Amino acid sequence: MCSLGLFPPPPPPGSATLYELNNVLVCGRLCEPLPLAFQSQLAGLPALSLPKDGLKAPGRLEHGTRPAFIHHREALWKRCINAWRDAGLCGLLKEIASAEEDEGLQWLKTGSSSALAVCRWLSSLHGSLFPHLSLTSEDMIAAFSQAVDWAGCTVRAFAWHPHTSKFAVALLDDSVRVYNSSRSPPSPGASRQACKALLTSRLRRLVLRPPQRLPAEPLSPSWDFKPASARAHPGTGLWGARGSALNHVSATIPSLKHRLQRNVAAVAWKPLCASILAVACQSCVLVWHLDPTSLSTRPSSGCAQVLSYPGHSPVTSLAWAPSGELLLSASPVDTAMLVWDVSTENCVQLQWFGGGGVTFLAWSPDGSKVLAATPSAVFRVWEAQMWTCERWPTIKGRCQTGCWSPDGSRLLFTVLGESVIYSLSFSEYRGEMQGQVGGSKTASIVADLSETTFETLYGEERIGGEVHSMVWDPTGERLAAIIRGNPDSPGSQTVVAVFRTRNSPVFELLPCGFLRGEQDAQPQLIAFHPCFQKGALLTVCWSTGKISHVPFFFVSAHVPCASPGRSPVVAMPSGSVREQPLFSEL
Amino acid sequence: MEAAAAASCRQRALLRQVLGWRLAAAVAWSVLLLPACTAAFVLLGRAQPLRPLRWIADSFNDLYTSYVIFCILLMSVVILVISIFNVEFYAVVPSIPCSRLALIGKIIHPQQVIHSAVHAVMGMLVAWCAAVMTKGKFQFLAVPCTPSESPENAVPQMCLNEYHLFFLLSGAFIGYSYSLLYLINNMNYLPFPIIQQYKYLRFRRSLPLLVKHSCAESLYLVRNFCVAYYFFGYIPKVWISTTMDLHIDSKLHPLDTLSGLLDLSLFYHTWLCGAFLLITWYIAWLLFKIYATETHHFPVQPTFAEETDQCLPKILNSNPPLIIKFLALQDLMLLSQYSPVRRQEVFSLSQPGGHPHNWTAISRECLSLLTDLTQRLITQQEAAAANGRAKQQAGEMKVLPQTPGAAVTEDVPFQSQRSNVIHRASMASLVKSPLMPSKTSPGSDIGSPFSSPALTSKVGILDLNSPWHGSVQSPHVMRRGPKLWTSGSGLQMNGSHHESFPVVSLARVGSEAVQPSFIYTWLQNKQEQIKNFLSRRALIMYFFSKHPEASIQAVFSDAQMHIWALEGLSHLVAASFTEDQFGVVQTTLPAILNTLLTLQEVVDRHFKLPHVSSKPPRISGSLVDTSYKTLRFALRASLKTALYRITTVFGEHLNAVQVSPEHKKRLQQFLEYKE
Repeated sequence: MCSLGLFPPPPPPGSATLYELNNVLVCGRLCEPLPLAFQSQLAGLPALSLPKDGLKAPGRLEHGTRPAFIHHREALWKRCINAWRDAGLCGLLKEIASAEEDEGLQWLKTGSSSALAVCRWLSSLHGSLFPHLSLTSEDMIAAFSQAVDWAGCTVRAFAWHPHTSKFAVALLDDSVRVYNSSRSPPSPGASRQACKALLTSRLRRLVLRPPQRLPAEPLSPSWDFKPASARAHPGTGLWGARGSALNHVSATIPSLKHRLQRNVAAVAWKPLCASILAVACQSCVLVWHLDPTSLSTRPSSGCAQVLSYPGHSPVTSLAWAPSGELLLSASPVDTAMLVWDVSTENCVQLQWFGGGGVTFLAWSPDGSKVLAATPSAVFRVWEAQMWTCERWPTIKGRCQTGCWSPDGSRLLFTVLGESVIYSLSFSEYRGEMQGQVGGSKTASIVADLSETTFETLYGEERIGGEVHSMVWDPTGERLAAIIRGNPDSPGSQTVVAVFRTRNSPVFELLPCGFLRGEQDAQPQLIAFHPCFQKGALLTVCWSTGKISHVPFFFVSAHVPCASPGRSPVVAMPSGSVREQPLFSEL
Repeated sequence: MEAAAAASCRQRALLRQVLGWRLAAAVAWSVLLLPACTAAFVLLGRAQPLRPLRWIADSFNDLYTSYVIFCILLMSVVILVISIFNVEFYAVVPSIPCSRLALIGKIIHPQQVIHSAVHAVMGMLVAWCAAVMTKGKFQFLAVPCTPSESPENAVPQMCLNEYHLFFLLSGAFIGYSYSLLYLINNMNYLPFPIIQQYKYLRFRRSLPLLVKHSCAESLYLVRNFCVAYYFFGYIPKVWISTTMDLHIDSKLHPLDTLSGLLDLSLFYHTWLCGAFLLITWYIAWLLFKIYATETHHFPVQPTFAEETDQCLPKILNSNPPLIIKFLALQDLMLLSQYSPVRRQEVFSLSQPGGHPHNWTAISRECLSLLTDLTQRLITQQEAAAANGRAKQQAGEMKVLPQTPGAAVTEDVPFQSQRSNVIHRASMASLVKSPLMPSKTSPGSDIGSPFSSPALTSKVGILDLNSPWHGSVQSPHVMRRGPKLWTSGSGLQMNGSHHESFPVVSLARVGSEAVQPSFIYTWLQNKQEQIKNFLSRRALIMYFFSKHPEASIQAVFSDAQMHIWALEGLSHLVAASFTEDQFGVVQTTLPAILNTLLTLQEVVDRHFKLPHVSSKPPRISGSLVDTSYKTLRFALRASLKTALYRITTVFGEHLNAVQVSPEHKKRLQQFLEYKE
């Protein structure tokens, strides 16, 4: 079993983790260039800085035209009809109970107010069974989102396109931006020159204005439509140094806004498709059809399909089938998860009572299984052909996050309230066993992440706690997890821990190291690039609004699943040996 | 002739083998669920909310009485009849009426009339059972009259119980409405589910919706019935009382008055009876749908010699009943996606000889389906582009010399499709003629009216004949071919035109096909005149005007087949990259890419036509399935996904495949994820 004590100590403060080479995480100053051989690999990846003050706060609290008109009192029956239409039975009862007219309506009023009381009592009973139902929808999203600090951070959701170098970022102001990078590799010489030029220019500026720290540059309103790294910002030095990358970021950055796009909890790109993006919003799922060749920066809301279903909001998690045909959406309020046929907007409810809702979905990369976590101490693994499920009660809390191995034979998951990573292996998918999930009998603990104190030159650092979110790279060789520090002890911090993993012939989990961003930056979201050629590329969104990319260079035994050359639906032919839980500690 | 008979016999055997047990199970389950529904009905019909214990005890005592058991038996027979009608009327390709006239034609078609009449009778039977089970004042048709004070009437007379009559008539009304809605909502259409699920789960998922829908519909129908009874109720009342020699009780309030209809208990019981009727019938319908659309496992390679008829390649290449073909394609899609073992069988070589027979048969059938669709769309677009009469005249000359019969038998050689630049001339010949009520392909009778405007106009004559004259024709001819509404104005008037001389025009069709004569042009001119005359009459326009959306839906009505063909083919090709040991797929890869890319172009062009909405209409989550309305969007999406699936797997290797330069350019865009 792997524990945090085996990890190398975290990098010193002030230096950021740059890349992994020869099995060592290299950290250093921000402007260090990559080793030459690898520079071309990263060309064109936009590193962004999206500070909070650059975004307009979501100011649209009141919708509709009501405030614009003078208030007019209608007859009671008219108001009742309106209430019935707007808010259903409860609205009708409320309207009657609060009616001011008294003529002969006393018994009606008392009747409706008592009915209302019964309604409230019933709903509070329901709420006491499932406490999350009493939360407001924003709090609910914040509680179940994969982002560490969903409510406060600029970046709320992040998703790489499964086939190309393109990602979508959902921001605090309810907009979603799509960043593209051209993949043409620049010549290394040019990049060195660009780096030098950048350095000299920065040096000159520093020399000219030595006493004051560089003020944050004023944000022009159109700033976000420019290539973000075009500004020479000292903070982006890590990436600014890789010079010519700047020129290769596609100039068009579509910014998606929609009336219904509020409180985005997740974004997901459709696989086997050029540019279809599903966005989980507070009231619905929006599916944006973007034209990859279009130059427009503000696609009209006509490009978005609205998928809504009564009782299915807020939506906190989305998952596309790897074969690209179906979309799953989940809401913590709805006990059913919905399977959407997006092209026809048809949906099928997969109802399974118990648990009180569905908070997190993860579709295995081979398309055979789906993890569905609920707000209570149980999660389910669905088999995606006949849609039957296995139910897994956990001991302590709800399942917070989970990720699948590339061949879909192993699920790693974490539970709220326990600082361990569990592993659950599944019998290999043959396709003939219709309606069987085929999970093993028990989950085994593969990593212990309880709090550990590291004595470093710069003082004591305490790391460890619950895992908030976890991702596995497409080659199955690196696993990254955001470990949330213990909120009670002051010294502990949120870090990204990276493990080396191997899934076949036996499952192995070895420590690799901690990632550190720049000063005071806490990791928010992590995601692996789906088709990075020279190993794995982890993208980290930091609480300061920065998005940086950390490459791990290694020679992989597998080609990344989604890259050209391998179908995402074809299961790995190299059959992993059905192995025993070697690292079982229970 | 004998061969054809043998083939049809074999097909029937196949149909019975695949579907027989399922249908029997569906009927058995719906009959088994009947007692539960009846128990609920009795319980609700006796509602005494103030004395719950008494209420429940009474209801349970009633359930064992002989007349309730007799009613259950009788209603089982009703369910059986309803199920037989479900089985006889189902369709996997919905028939979509393009104009109001076509809809009226459908309603007064003899088949539908029989359907409605039988349903009305069955509804009356159920209502009678419901009346008997409800007891109280509803139980008997004839009751002793209320004794009057006058002593001279010592002999008790029998009077008509109007409540009972009301019940019976409402049952007949609801039964008839069910049949009508069944037709209008295309409820005979069998939609295949988007995900596979076990039957029990599917049933459980639909049950709440079914109950809700039935209750709401019953409410509306009972309201309508009350209105109808208010106006026309006296007719059956008088008729029954005279024929059965019953008196009308003057003491009781007549029901066809406002105050009589405002009886709450009557309304409640009628509503409950209607809901009960609809729920039991819809359950039978739902179970039939669930059982009929369940996947069937066709073997790819026969293990025994007598199974050769049932193996997948054979079924795909013969012309089985449509439902079998649908099931086979669905099975193909599933095996290509989920089953490596069965995929291996597809890629295998035949034992002596070493030919990839399985793959060739499957890919040929899928490709010919897709080519069919491509051509159908091209002709439709040509018709839309013509959109005027000049083109129509030109097209006429081109097409007429060809004998329609010959076109049917003409087969597209598989290999010739490689150089698949579709010539317009060859395309016209490929269009299967509608003048033969051919059963060759499901697309033929739908797509053909687009073949050329001239041909279309004649079909229009033939088509419109059938509903008007009520002549019994095969449903294939009966089914209205969708004409694009823009060009359709040319033939809309034909229907009314032929009223004056239908026989002449019909008789002409055969001879003119061989040799166009001046009579034909004269007829055309006459048509034009009459058309111009009639188009000024608003009422006629109302009936003949076509709904553009409906005609587009009709073009894609059988697109589910093409979607499965696309998915099956693309999954197989994608899997062949790693699993195909003998390289059997490589030989057909250029043909597949050509077909897919051509179809992609055509579909793209179709969505750019005017009046084609680019977004699917909102589907309300109701019991009535309207998924056939959105099939074209599903087709577009799965076509793109299929192409991406192939390009993603093969990647740069596709550059070595021989395709035309335009297609190469297109492929490059797919490879760069720019499409």
